[in-house]
Amino acid sequence: MNQIVKKNAGGKPAVVEEEEAPSQYLTFTLGGEMFGVAILNVKEIIEYGNLTEIPMMPAFIRGVINLRGAVVPVIDLAARFGGKSTAVGRRTCIVIVEVPDGELRHDIGIVVDAVSEVLEIPAGDIEPPPTFGAKIRADFISGMGKVAGKFVILLEIDKVLSVDEIAMLTASDTLTAGAAGQEGSG
Amino acid sequence: MDELTSVFVQESREQLAEMEEGLLRLEQDPDDRDNLNGIFRAAHTIKGGSGVVECSFIEAFTHDVENLLDSLRNGAIGVTPDLATLLLACCDHMGALLDLLAAGEPAPGAGLQTHGDELTAALKKVLATIASADEVEIVQATGLAEQAPTVEVSGGGVVITDCWHISVRFGPNVLRGGMDPLSFIRFLSSLGEIIGVATVTDAIPPAAEMDPESCYLGFEIQLQTRATKADIERVFDFVRDECDLRILPPHSKLADYLRHIEELPEDSMRLGEILVRCGAVTQAEMDAALNEQIRGTPGEEGAGPPQIGEILVGKEVVYEEVVEAAAVKQAQIKEKKAKEARLVRVQADKLDQLIDLVGELVIAGASANLLALRSKQSDLVEATSVLSRLVEDIRDSALQLRMVQIGETFSRFNRLVRDVSKELGKEIELNISGAETELDKSVVEKIGDPLMHLVRNSLDHGIEPAEVRAAQGKPVCGQVYLNAFHDSGNVVIQVSDDGGGLNRERIKAKAIERGLIQATQTLTDSEIVNLIFEPGFSTVEKVSNLSGRGVGMDVVRRNIEALRGIVEVDSVEGEGTTFTIRLPLTLAIIDGFLVGVGKAAYVIPLDTVVECIEHHDGESGRNILNLRGEVLPFIRLRDAFEVPGEAPPRESIVVVQFGGHRAGIVVDQLMGEFQTVIKPLGVMFRHLRGIGGSTILGSGEVALILDVAALIQSVSHQESNRLIGTGRAQAGTPKSLVSEKD
Repeated sequence: MNQIVKKNAGGKPAVVEEEEAPSQYLTFTLGGEMFGVAILNVKEIIEYGNLTEIPMMPAFIRGVINLRGAVVPVIDLAARFGGKSTAVGRRTCIVIVEVPDGELRHDIGIVVDAVSEVLEIPAGDIEPPPTFGAKIRADFISGMGKVAGKFVILLEIDKVLSVDEIAMLTASDTLTAGAAGQEGSG
Repeated sequence: MDELTSVFVQESREQLAEMEEGLLRLEQDPDDRDNLNGIFRAAHTIKGGSGVVECSFIEAFTHDVENLLDSLRNGAIGVTPDLATLLLACCDHMGALLDLLAAGEPAPGAGLQTHGDELTAALKKVLATIASADEVEIVQATGLAEQAPTVEVSGGGVVITDCWHISVRFGPNVLRGGMDPLSFIRFLSSLGEIIGVATVTDAIPPAAEMDPESCYLGFEIQLQTRATKADIERVFDFVRDECDLRILPPHSKLADYLRHIEELPEDSMRLGEILVRCGAVTQAEMDAALNEQIRGTPGEEGAGPPQIGEILVGKEVVYEEVVEAAAVKQAQIKEKKAKEARLVRVQADKLDQLIDLVGELVIAGASANLLALRSKQSDLVEATSVLSRLVEDIRDSALQLRMVQIGETFSRFNRLVRDVSKELGKEIELNISGAETELDKSVVEKIGDPLMHLVRNSLDHGIEPAEVRAAQGKPVCGQVYLNAFHDSGNVVIQVSDDGGGLNRERIKAKAIERGLIQATQTLTDSEIVNLIFEPGFSTVEKVSNLSGRGVGMDVVRRNIEALRGIVEVDSVEGEGTTFTIRLPLTLAIIDGFLVGVGKAAYVIPLDTVVECIEHHDGESGRNILNLRGEVLPFIRLRDAFEVPGEAPPRESIVVVQFGGHRAGIVVDQLMGEFQTVIKPLGVMFRHLRGIGGSTILGSGEVALILDVAALIQSVSHQESNRLIGTGRAQAGTPKSLVSEKD
């Protein structure tokens, strides 16, 4: 018991540190708007290409790529936010982010129009997310960062790329796509 | 948990499994001495091991179990069903104690402790009855053999010494191998106190023939130590293959020493002297036994071991059984040793790592192959093709390493069937076939739980109570079958019973009640019976503690689908039910057949591919083909996957086979065989049907692997639902299963 208490006591400051640490954000543009994700979630940025489409999937799942031997799903963020699919341009990139899911961590790629820069945004310059008006689900936004007089939408990446939620969305999609028959009898 | 303990826990679990199996067999055949000895040996090994890891609670409990087993072995008591039940309960308790040790708990909790105490009390009670019976026997025996009463009472001539006796004969190559026999003896003394050493020099040839580099020595050693046999054996690990090592525990029976002497290559008389010299036995003990032997065999030199046994028995020094049992035991130990020598214990994750590496090798090989083909250098192409053939072989043998027989999983159910049938008051027999069917270790590990559910279901719901069976004119004893076999790249496991079968009307009523289907829906027979796999479905009104919690069947299906498998049920009312589980052979690497549709490439598992034919677009517009007089339905992958673009003028059909069905898959182009390393698509795509996973092509692109069975199934259901749906829409009931489920 003593040990457990100690562990907890030892663990707490670490958690606090982690919460305060992501003052650095990777910013990118998507449909002309500026977004940011905490730098700690970002693993790497790669060129867009060599994407394999997965049939019977909702539009926001662009497909999968081979990331040095691992098959990584790629999500179209604009489509995920309920907008149009991102058109592929010269500066289109895939940002590989790491998303925690309970004990596990998943690598997921997101398609962005262009990657801008890594910005340091002090906690004081981050406003709480608006309850409406951003045209993005409020729980997707962790805060609004003020940078040079403009707002950067800081994304709550765990929510945006919640594996469970996406799996559920794909499930309803595949069900209507016809696999429901199997559910009914298999 | 240190390494020693984890090894102990692991080995003890195996011993327990063996013991349990043995106990179950014992009930069928109480006179099987080999079996009884096996059970005893297992318990003994666990006890010994628990001493080594200093786990007193296991040691104490197992000690009592061992005592009882010993009396069983000596024939002091007979096997009764109650006794077997008690011993099985003890097995379970030992298992629980092992779990405790594995979890690092210092002592069992109160509940477990009381349970253990109860069992111990029960054991003691049985032992007490034997003891009283024993006394009578001893009195009788002493009446018959007055001259040797002391030996008699101690239960068969125990040599009064508390030392281990070690006898070692070093092989001729020991010195050449850089080992010094003396250093082993010196090391041995670190385990305890060496009471006596006698050197056996009989093997030394005359000086002229002697090779100074060869070792001819042997030693008889008396060691007083608290170490176990395994510890002592470990001392000689370095020369294990090179030497002949025999170890006798303290308080061994005189007969053991005698047998020991006979087995050694040297002359018996001389060995006797040596033993006396090193203090293993007293002169008087040895004289008594050896004199008998010599007197009994004048002129019949080398008449062999049985005679010694006979003499001893004749003299009533030992019970006949003890000699027999000891001989059998010896033989079995030898056999087991030989078997173990052929096996290597490898940690599972090392194996997994190897498979991963082989997977990378396959991918890298494919990409090298592709580059070679592009370079158009014939030498290079040839070299890479040789390489890829080798890689293929390596892949196959690496995967073979992970294959295990399903028999072990099956035989676990013997116990379940026995216990459950007793509990339910039904008479049920378990029949196992196809136990030698091999499948991937990771599959075997995960199939246990679903199988358990299915078997329990058969026991609980399938087999009717005895009186019902009798009334229906069936044999009273119900049969449950477990069967496994290979079928076109799959492993099929069947659980069937000859019970009452599934009541379709009741299933339907229940499904309607639970809102799983609509009352107006028309379902085929097989669709109805398969409703039992729906979540929250349970037809039995009476909830027993075995099943009927309504979680069983849908959990079964989920678990099996997680293994990329399918489960189906087939039932004839009044005659029985069969559950069929179809699983992929491996979860890692398969032979694939690469096809192209549009820009994308798909892999069809080669095991399911029967043939490829050219597709001429029929004028009928229906997706049916005449394949040599056979009706072959086919699907267009382009349509099924909604691939954009026009189909090329020439298409091909891949004819696939799965579970007795045949179907065609229309693709744009055939790209040939491809070694496919399966990369799971991840949880995000867990609801995706028709795609079994992904793989990486030589070009670095990702290709999807088709799950043929699921694909065809989903397409056919889609079609039938659509047709039924349109039929209904006209009839005014637009509800379909699909919309209901969403």
